[in-house]
Amino acid sequence: MIDKFVPDIESALEGLNDGASIMLGGFGQVGQPTALVDALVDKGVKNLTIIANNAGAAFGGMTRLLEAGAIGKVVCSYPRSTDNTMFQSLYAAGKIQLELTPQGTLVERMRAAGAGIPAFFTPTAAGTQLGQGKETREINGRLCVLEEALYADFALLEAWNADRWGNLTYRLSGRNFNPVMAAAAKITVVQCQNKVELGRIHPDDVITPGIYVDRVIHIPSGDPVL
Amino acid sequence: MSNTLSQIKAFSRDEMAARAAADIPEGWFVNLGIGAPTLIADHVGADREVIFHAENGILGVGPKPETGKHDPWVINAGKQYVTLLNGASIMSSAESFAIIRGGHLDLAVLGGYEVAENGDLANWSTGDNEQAPAVGGAMDLGAGAKQVWVLMDHTTKSGQPRLVERCNYPLTALGTVTRVYTNIAVIEITPRGFELVECAPGVTFEDVQARTAAKVHRR
Repeated sequence: MIDKFVPDIESALEGLNDGASIMLGGFGQVGQPTALVDALVDKGVKNLTIIANNAGAAFGGMTRLLEAGAIGKVVCSYPRSTDNTMFQSLYAAGKIQLELTPQGTLVERMRAAGAGIPAFFTPTAAGTQLGQGKETREINGRLCVLEEALYADFALLEAWNADRWGNLTYRLSGRNFNPVMAAAAKITVVQCQNKVELGRIHPDDVITPGIYVDRVIHIPSGDPVL
Repeated sequence: MSNTLSQIKAFSRDEMAARAAADIPEGWFVNLGIGAPTLIADHVGADREVIFHAENGILGVGPKPETGKHDPWVINAGKQYVTLLNGASIMSSAESFAIIRGGHLDLAVLGGYEVAENGDLANWSTGDNEQAPAVGGAMDLGAGAKQVWVLMDHTTKSGQPRLVERCNYPLTALGTVTRVYTNIAVIEITPRGFELVECAPGVTFEDVQARTAAKVHRR
């Protein structure tokens, strides 16, 4: 019998070691796998590459990872926050690498990874600093840059409902990057608010089919808070 | 002889937003950038249905919730609580940016540091190397929306023009801006450059030209 639910958070993060690349779901305070990130801090792993939209704020737990010196590199679109300057301090001190990527390109690079497309051309960032050093091509009269697929060893996600096959739904703005990251990582780990019986999610309503999901842990953490 | 800024009655941020809102037709799909452009939503009257998009994955963003009545699961790209209209839809970030990049949005209204007479936009970086750079969805919106309008003050606080021949700040997108709504004027970008559509009350053509670092054409 297939059962992707794991009994504890240690099993959820098994095999996640120093140097791993990790995608973290969430946008703002909504859809963040906060419990999994906290467990990552407790595990004490180092030299991580974190791929997420932001680089630590009052939400999501990533600030604790930064404080613990666990992150060597961040790939994100918006590493600025009014309520936390931890990333900024590390960046200014040269203690952390940043790969800044426009948000749409960031998520499409993940989508490409999950869909087996090694690279794609996009007009976003063409002719700008963020397009510098990238292969360019004029396609239908428009300058485009070549962007490569973005893979990760792990994706840590938050979902609303999950069943034992790993089928997922999300709640409102909690969807964001989560379903895209689910397909882009070698091992996808999900913390879910509700554990439901197989068949309870109507097939029409499944947003992430269980094929993308490896482990699920039931953590009814409640509403996101700022 | 042009007047000094203190002599002319410039548009307030709200008035700028209202002026831009007046030009958005019924049925358009519109993304509003963080900051002043967000105010535009408050000025589209009930006479028109305009559908607002938030890049974190909402089509059909409604007004701000009443105090204490927000849904903690519904935020916009500025991480503020918002409501959902009847008919709203939720999508992943990949689909949200496919909507942007795919040319499905009629309009993005963005903030700006500089706009050039060829439509180039600079709005994401001042080139300051001390601070970590941040771009968010600005380059995707700049490259992807059918039209890009910019809502910004006509000059910097120290009086430097923001409408220029060529941008000095790092570019966000090339040749993309079609209109600029400032605190003293509405300017259209045409093949011949900046064209004055309208002045704020009490502002003259000469006032606008004096505060613009490129030729302003009369219509």
